[in-house]
Amino acid sequence: MSYISLGDKDKKEMLERIGASSLEELYGCLPDEVLLKRRLALPEAMPEAELLRRFEDLAARNTYPAHLSFLGAGVYRHFVPAVVDYLSARGEFVTPYTPYQPEISQGTLQIIFEYQTLVCQLTGMDISNASLYDGAMAAAEAVLMASRLNAKPKVLVARSLHPEYKATIRTYIRNLGVRIEEIGFGADGRLDPADLARKIDKDTSAVLVQSPNVFGVVEDLKAVGDLAHGHQALFAVAIAEAASLGLLAAPGVFGADMVFGEGQSFGLAPSFGGPYLGFMACKKEHLRQLPGRIAGQTKDVDGRRGFVLTLSTREQHIRREKATSNICTNQAWCALRATMFLETLGHDGLREMALQNVHKARYAAGVLGRIAGVKRRLSGPVFNEFVLELPKDVAAVNARLKAQGVIGGLELRPFYPELGNSALFCVTEAHTREDIDRLAGLMEEALR
Amino acid sequence: MIREPLIFEISEPGKRAYTLPALDVPGPADALAGLPVRAEIPGFPQVSEVEVVRHFTRLSQQNYCVDLGIYPLGSCTMKYNPKINEKVAALLGFAASHPLAPADTVQGDLEVLRLVEDYMCEIAGMDACTLQPAAGAQGELTGMMLIRACLEERGDPRKYVLVPDSAHGTNPSSAHLCGYTVKEIKSNEGGTVDLEDLARQMTDEVAALMVTNPNTLGVFEYDICKIAEIVHAKGGFLYMDGANMNALTGKCRPGDMGVDVLHINLHKTFSTPHGGGGPGAGPVAVKRALEPFLPVPRVAGTSGALILDYVRPKSIGRVKSFYGNFGVILKALAYIWSLGPDGLRETAEIAVLNANYIRRSLDKDYYLKYTTATLHECVFSDKFQKEHGVSNLDIAKRLIDYGVHPPTMSFPLIVHGALMIEPTETESKRDLDQFIEIMITIAREAETDPELLRTAPHATVVRRLDETGAARNPILKWEHRKT
Repeated sequence: MSYISLGDKDKKEMLERIGASSLEELYGCLPDEVLLKRRLALPEAMPEAELLRRFEDLAARNTYPAHLSFLGAGVYRHFVPAVVDYLSARGEFVTPYTPYQPEISQGTLQIIFEYQTLVCQLTGMDISNASLYDGAMAAAEAVLMASRLNAKPKVLVARSLHPEYKATIRTYIRNLGVRIEEIGFGADGRLDPADLARKIDKDTSAVLVQSPNVFGVVEDLKAVGDLAHGHQALFAVAIAEAASLGLLAAPGVFGADMVFGEGQSFGLAPSFGGPYLGFMACKKEHLRQLPGRIAGQTKDVDGRRGFVLTLSTREQHIRREKATSNICTNQAWCALRATMFLETLGHDGLREMALQNVHKARYAAGVLGRIAGVKRRLSGPVFNEFVLELPKDVAAVNARLKAQGVIGGLELRPFYPELGNSALFCVTEAHTREDIDRLAGLMEEALR
Repeated sequence: MIREPLIFEISEPGKRAYTLPALDVPGPADALAGLPVRAEIPGFPQVSEVEVVRHFTRLSQQNYCVDLGIYPLGSCTMKYNPKINEKVAALLGFAASHPLAPADTVQGDLEVLRLVEDYMCEIAGMDACTLQPAAGAQGELTGMMLIRACLEERGDPRKYVLVPDSAHGTNPSSAHLCGYTVKEIKSNEGGTVDLEDLARQMTDEVAALMVTNPNTLGVFEYDICKIAEIVHAKGGFLYMDGANMNALTGKCRPGDMGVDVLHINLHKTFSTPHGGGGPGAGPVAVKRALEPFLPVPRVAGTSGALILDYVRPKSIGRVKSFYGNFGVILKALAYIWSLGPDGLRETAEIAVLNANYIRRSLDKDYYLKYTTATLHECVFSDKFQKEHGVSNLDIAKRLIDYGVHPPTMSFPLIVHGALMIEPTETESKRDLDQFIEIMITIAREAETDPELLRTAPHATVVRRLDETGAARNPILKWEHRKT
């Protein structure tokens, strides 16, 4: 296959105009020593039908999608309205780039403006950017943003923050003189306020807590925020399950300075880890330190409303090494899908979806918790995930389940050895009662 | 054209565009006990399905895109995005895979990662590759962190990173995020790295030189092997920004020129769509010395029994969650398989042919500051038009009137009033000729009717927008007013 649009006659005419005798001659500006004297060792070109067959074969080697799964932990299976797939596939959305020329990019720009509005409504914040790579990178950017805002060296991070977010923060700060300390969690799974009170001091730049946290437990954000602000530290809230924002109070209500997280739940496929959507919102006094693109409303020369990328003096293409972040290309198309998803579900649909998650998770925790030997761990209120301690080895139980076509809860031991033989189960609106009962039946057998 | 209102302005309580199945488990009110529940989300939209569809369809019609015509943004490689690639990435076996699924249930996904890593190494002439970075800028950051980690292990991370004055802004920004102080290298009269300046500044306090090749003028660094020698002689690393790899695939390989680490933009060279500003993907390929420091996890094992290896004591850690923008990586694999080795080489050659055809066709009407031979792009400036009071911005806006997307503007910084044109290999001669004709017409208009350009565009849904006002008085969201 080739995507070239020139015929042989075209090439000949073009070379003539250039004054070159061959395509090779155009590479005369390269020293001979660097020219590759062989073909690349890659498979031969494939026509479309053959290509599709090879990919179908590869996709078939993924047996996961044929299983009934209860994995969550930052990546969730939610319903996606058909209009989202249909509309987001339009070439006018898939094939433009960053809207550098606003007069012919009003579609993209207005959608970013609507996206920023939706993020603010959901998080209760004043300002949102146009997107970051994912929740983990947003967490790292939040830490960097906090240290730019108050130049303090220490960030307190909840131990119950998603382990991959913590790992990403560690990578981003390794050369920047910022350090992180973990704050433990209590028996209810919530951040331990005594541990926070012990560790917070005048050097604390920010307190970073996730809610619902990695165990699914909804935090007491007011208590954490008050403690942070009481020590002149910034209060940053991570959201890994964005669907929770349809039902739970906006973090802004509890005084959050920054709210950031993962928007995958808003219409993005799990797709083995990406592409997803990092979102970040803040109070307006922090605007100048917010990383990433931002769209704003303005007027054209005739006074008509229009939208542009704005406040670019924060960005790398203007400020170079003094920029707030090195980000350039972000996740615009993912933000577009999130916008379509949220506007299609609408106020009542999003709330209903979130509500069903709570009810189904509660039902599942109930039936699974009644199995002999199974213990509910971390008793705090949950959204759509919960932790169970099993009387048999989690890996062994999961292997039994997998043989029956079910993927059980995520084994927590590698991340939280203190929780012993525990697993994290996720139940969303996409699970039916039958699905949950099936898991319960198989678990009972496996634990017998 | 009618301006489409904001969705919030057409919202009406009670309207719905989606209905969920009825709850099939008990839903007692006390299920919410202990949860901080919100009463409502003020201002959140409520519209019908038809309204959603019309809203986005109308907005789509206010966008220019590659599917519509030439999009010659220099350094962005706005080539055609093959449609089969979209179909492949949407296959349920891939799209429904959870990243934490047991390895034996996602062997197809892991095989895709393994294949693309191997292909990137072969194409770039490198030894190992990570697909984790989400875009070019994150690739740069990753690459610089690898260099730093390796130097730290040798005992001294060093202080400085050298960056040519023609570089993309992400280069100095990424080096800074890595804890380095950036020093600029001057370009010589040919637009390439000034070897004397490099030799002077390249000391044993310098960790790396970040070079873009071909550079942002489209000029190949002829002395790249000498550059590598100078950098290596002082114990530094040569980082290559692979944004312009589209000129080189199958023709030459960075690894063979002494490059130690480079990032590749899959959304440029490997045809994955730009999506209005992402998602992209920025794989980083390295020589063996840097391999131990690559982000975790690494794909390990053999085909059919692949695993993710997290036990990598020297690794810099991870730069994002999971394994990269997998959906984007799939599309790049589809592209590589579609084209094969000859197709990839031809892609580079025709990209260079198209760019040189434009350059030759416009070099009388637009000023070319650097006359050095160029590859996949060429950088003109508005010097001739400035004599008539017309700037590169005016030229860009007038192009819009003629229905084509303007080139990259005001970059690289070493060309004042730059118009940076990269047509890519996928344009037909007819579309190239049309673009050339429009550019020449505009050059004449600049002489005879400069006001026409200064007031352009005239035929768009909005005309020139007040960008200064937007920054001075930021309105960054729609405000809900309670009635």
